[in-house]
Amino acid sequence: MNIHEYQAKALLRSYGMPVPEGHAATTADEATAAAKALGAPVTVVKAQIHAGGRGAGHFAGKPEGKGGVRLARTPAEVEQAAHAMLGQVLVTKQTGPAGRLVRTLYVESGCDIARELYFSMLVDRVTGRVVIVASPDGGMEIEEVAARTPERIFKEYIDPAKGLCDYQSRALAVRLGLKGREIRAFQSVVRAAYTAFTSLDAAIVEVNPLVVTGAGDLLALDAKMSFDENALYRHPEIAKLRDEHEEDPREREAAEYGLAYVGLDGNIGCMVNGAGLAMATMDIIKMEGEEPANFLDVGGGASKERVAAAFRILIGDPKVRGILVNIFGGIMRCDVIAEAIIAASHETGLNVPLVVRLAGTNVDRGKALLAESGLTIIPADDLGDAARKIVAAVRNAGA
Amino acid sequence: MSILVNKSTKVITQGFTGAQGTFHTEQALAYGTHMVGGVTPGKGGSVHLGLPVFDTVAQARDATGADASVIYVPPAGAADAILEAIAAGIPLIVCITEGIPVQDMVRVRAALELSGSLLIGPNCPGIITPDECKIGIMPGPIHRRGHVGIVSRSGTLTYEAVAQTTAIGQGQSTCVGIGGDPVKGMDFTDVLARMIEDPDTHSIVMIGEIGGTSEIDGAELIRASGTHKPVVGFIAGATAPPGRRMGHAGAVITGGHETAGAKIEALREAGIHVAPSPAELGTTLARVLG
Repeated sequence: MNIHEYQAKALLRSYGMPVPEGHAATTADEATAAAKALGAPVTVVKAQIHAGGRGAGHFAGKPEGKGGVRLARTPAEVEQAAHAMLGQVLVTKQTGPAGRLVRTLYVESGCDIARELYFSMLVDRVTGRVVIVASPDGGMEIEEVAARTPERIFKEYIDPAKGLCDYQSRALAVRLGLKGREIRAFQSVVRAAYTAFTSLDAAIVEVNPLVVTGAGDLLALDAKMSFDENALYRHPEIAKLRDEHEEDPREREAAEYGLAYVGLDGNIGCMVNGAGLAMATMDIIKMEGEEPANFLDVGGGASKERVAAAFRILIGDPKVRGILVNIFGGIMRCDVIAEAIIAASHETGLNVPLVVRLAGTNVDRGKALLAESGLTIIPADDLGDAARKIVAAVRNAGA
Repeated sequence: MSILVNKSTKVITQGFTGAQGTFHTEQALAYGTHMVGGVTPGKGGSVHLGLPVFDTVAQARDATGADASVIYVPPAGAADAILEAIAAGIPLIVCITEGIPVQDMVRVRAALELSGSLLIGPNCPGIITPDECKIGIMPGPIHRRGHVGIVSRSGTLTYEAVAQTTAIGQGQSTCVGIGGDPVKGMDFTDVLARMIEDPDTHSIVMIGEIGGTSEIDGAELIRASGTHKPVVGFIAGATAPPGRRMGHAGAVITGGHETAGAKIEALREAGIHVAPSPAELGTTLARVLG
């Protein structure tokens, strides 16, 4: 689960991370008041959306205009910037052409920047440990640094038995070229990040750039945090930070029913049990020359209600022109799936071709139920057969 | 022969008396798995499914001499259940539970590295040696005793591979679902090394997906081993958009090496026969076996 920059900064600040003074604002008046309260010689006004590349982005309809991060010297300039951004759609490299509507701004004190560093923390899957990633090349995308100058990325792995050791932070500080009291300042930045990361079950903490000011202080100029969905049950205060506006409504509905769903741009809706098989089903649709409309894993022990909900989401998607159900029953019994499909088809008024491939536990009973249902369901014997049949059906219906 | 489990493997269930533990232990008993007991804290001393129930894994191990434990404990307590099994010295731990917080698994991994235990999973279907020992949630009847070793990150896609190998008249030596989580126990390399050594495994099917680089490590191991056993591979997720988590917590592309394309390339370079589609796992194997 992702959160906004202003939320991440407030959280990190509470763990001791040095961040510039700032206030969130949802109206131009609030933004102006925030700027007056800060009283800084330079104020930065930043659009709050869940996507990177805001500064280099542009607002919809103004491809040549300014981006989502603007400098202002007076409260009047802040007001002007707020009017230009709030309620507008910001398009960045990460949002795709549709962009994101800006509902909140973060109004922050500017600072003088001597150097920009990169700093992040995440769980490394190879070692199974928390890794600190740092680079002297802050302000750039770390993927770019990794591709061009991998020798300028430094890492320290944290042994969970020992926890974070300050010597590791100091070793990184020295490699980053920090000197004197900057080294201790970096040590406390790492400690704040690690305490937040482990206390809150974060998936990533990324500070880019982490700036060294002219006075030798360190400040988190931008901050990104995301959290392990599996651990949200023990962090209700974090779960509350979820911004539903930033999420695909289809995905939100799916999540309510415990379905793993990712919306895509094709026209064949898929309902599959198991993540790997769901991905393989998408792949084979593409190999047959069409595009999947979604990834949808109904899970191992899906109930009738869940299958019905999955069906409603697929049918409710206007892009979907055909549905492929691919179930390999293990724990999940094919007869139960068949009953759920029949009930959901009646309930939702199925109006696109439906191909169903069932295999595994109670498959014969499941197939018989579908055959006797009176619905126009196209049965398939295996994965390849299913993919060919749904692609043919969608093309016939479109012709 | 087979790898990791056979008909003499003595198995206990953690989370024994719960709905999942009960159902799958019944299935395992029906399959012929040598189940010897189970653990549910607070219910020690009772009998469930005709087997003794213990309060702790250590008690169960002492009383039954269990070689393996399968865990159906809900996510909030699952990491602790694995740690308890490690502490009790259970040689093989199979964790089926889906949805364990990643940072819990970081602690488990550290404990595992200092122990003599092996962990399969979490978030996996388990392990089966057909006609001998089924530990996990896979449907028993699709399997057939034979000589194809199957290793996969995905549950139902493993079943797909099993059904397709059975359909071409082959059977399986051992099938291992290593699970879809980013931090887990045994990985491709751990399972593949054993399959390469196993005289009863004559060919191998490995099924990976996007995210991480463990398939590439597995391919490298196969290449370096110089094995003559034919290996068929498949990587799911060629159509997955970068940066999006595809169901499995581990299935998200965050770097160039983690894409399906990069992995397929690595598999091919290692001499692995990559199936052109997930529907052609069996036919690719049949062609390779000649």
